[in-house]
Amino acid sequence: MAEVRVERVAVEPETVFAERSRLVEGVRAYGLIVAMWLRSTMAYRASFVMTAVGNFLVTGFDFVTIMLMFGHVDALGGFTLPEIALLYGASATAFGLTDLLLGSMDRLGRRVRDGTLDTLLVRPVPVLAQVAADRFALRRLGRITQGLLVLGYALLTLDIAWTPLKVLVLPLMVLSGAAIFGAVFVVGAAFQFYAQDASEVQSAFTYGGTTLLQYPPSIFAKDLVRGVTFVVPLAFVSWLPALYVLGRDYPVDLPRWVAFLPPVVAAGCWVLAGLAWRAGLRAYRSTGS
Amino acid sequence: MRLYAVVVAGGFRRHATYRVATFAGVFTNTVFGFILAYTYIALWDERPHLGGYDMSEALTYVWLGQALLMTCAMMGGGFEDELMERIRTGDIAVDLYRPADLQLWWLAGDLGRAAFHLLGRGIVPMVLGALAFDLALPGSPWVWLAFLVSVALGVVVSFAVRFLVSLSAFWLLDGAGAMQIAWLAGLFFSGMLLPLPLFPGVLGEVARALPWSSLLQVPADVFLGRYAGWDLLRAYGFQAGWAVALLLAGRLLQSVATRRVVVQGG
Repeated sequence: MAEVRVERVAVEPETVFAERSRLVEGVRAYGLIVAMWLRSTMAYRASFVMTAVGNFLVTGFDFVTIMLMFGHVDALGGFTLPEIALLYGASATAFGLTDLLLGSMDRLGRRVRDGTLDTLLVRPVPVLAQVAADRFALRRLGRITQGLLVLGYALLTLDIAWTPLKVLVLPLMVLSGAAIFGAVFVVGAAFQFYAQDASEVQSAFTYGGTTLLQYPPSIFAKDLVRGVTFVVPLAFVSWLPALYVLGRDYPVDLPRWVAFLPPVVAAGCWVLAGLAWRAGLRAYRSTGS
Repeated sequence: MRLYAVVVAGGFRRHATYRVATFAGVFTNTVFGFILAYTYIALWDERPHLGGYDMSEALTYVWLGQALLMTCAMMGGGFEDELMERIRTGDIAVDLYRPADLQLWWLAGDLGRAAFHLLGRGIVPMVLGALAFDLALPGSPWVWLAFLVSVALGVVVSFAVRFLVSLSAFWLLDGAGAMQIAWLAGLFFSGMLLPLPLFPGVLGEVARALPWSSLLQVPADVFLGRYAGWDLLRAYGFQAGWAVALLLAGRLLQSVATRRVVVQGG
């Protein structure tokens, strides 16, 4: 009984901030928690540098693999190494941004299992912001750095007939791509309210998704390409905008202007992710321990 | 011996408890299997017989990699976190009092874990891969048996490496960094990213000589029937040699480390 009363008292401050939108409040809380984890990370600087370098290397192996492949061939699925580097760099940078901002979401299952999620529920701060900022790991900058380096290599070596629209598509692609991956992370976390120890399913879509996007769509079966275009719209992260920049056709018949859709698709994904998160949170039953 | 058999069974049962996680893992292995299979098809379309493998052998290699990823703990996921935590907290002192050998105890538990992952996370992706692609499955039961022996040796080599690295926690207290480096090496040099014959020149030769090639490259080549007769024995000898050398190194380091614990007074 006592705990229930504590809960009520703790929830009350929420009404104080009622006029402020939940979104602003969530972002502010996220920032505060992140700042706290940053301070704690910087207490062990040597450890931070080592893990950041490790993060850089482990993600770098993906591109090393592609380079080893190009030691044997000149083109893969009709794409040259710089062209694949553009696909790779866009996907890896977008995923790196999401991983930095929301990478701890896959810990939700553990929190549901051991009951520590309850602690987050009684705080007057949106749960999503708390889960996302939990154990914020700056070492994940390693992945972004690696993605940006490959992207830079692609842009330096590719011979692209630049137009203002093509220049515009680049930042649009990376930011919307990060948002689309973010929505996938949130849906995956919402799923963990039901399947508590199934965080690997999430990895299939997030890590699997970014691996998929690092290769040109021409090498995959048509049905798989359709699936990641219309069902889980990962194709909008990098394939569609990057193929526009490269002046190549999309393997599944789609008009060229779909290259500008990623922000719209990202917004749509976040609406669905928000609904999924709410449904998941509402279905949550504490372990009762 | 009966004690260690019980520990093997315990390791098996412990991992068999996580049923949803196992399903989730099978799903992930299958998704990655499909993605990698298509990249290999693109590669072998350009260069048939690359590295001496034909297309169906290359695809078989992909699915063997997914099947053995957890079995041989190529990206970690075994006992090492727990052992390092016990060393860090000092619980290891209790383990040293037990009338069981530390290294054998953890080896037995890891063998049980590997056996479960071979059954739980290896068979289903392999079957799905065989349904979706044209795989080169061995016709002779002897090749399957030879493959299982090679996998078992690979698991022991994998254990020996991870045990060695775990012991670094006696000196570093936080062995996470050392373990990360070991995982990176395992991922790269086991042939998980790309078959080792595709590595260029000296890098390829070095990679094939390092212990990690016992984790995937050697078992996969046994499965693909590349070793027969004396060659098979030589392949086993390579794996067993590394296993014995690394286990002995672990034993030596363990005795140095335990003396250190006693000096500290526990």
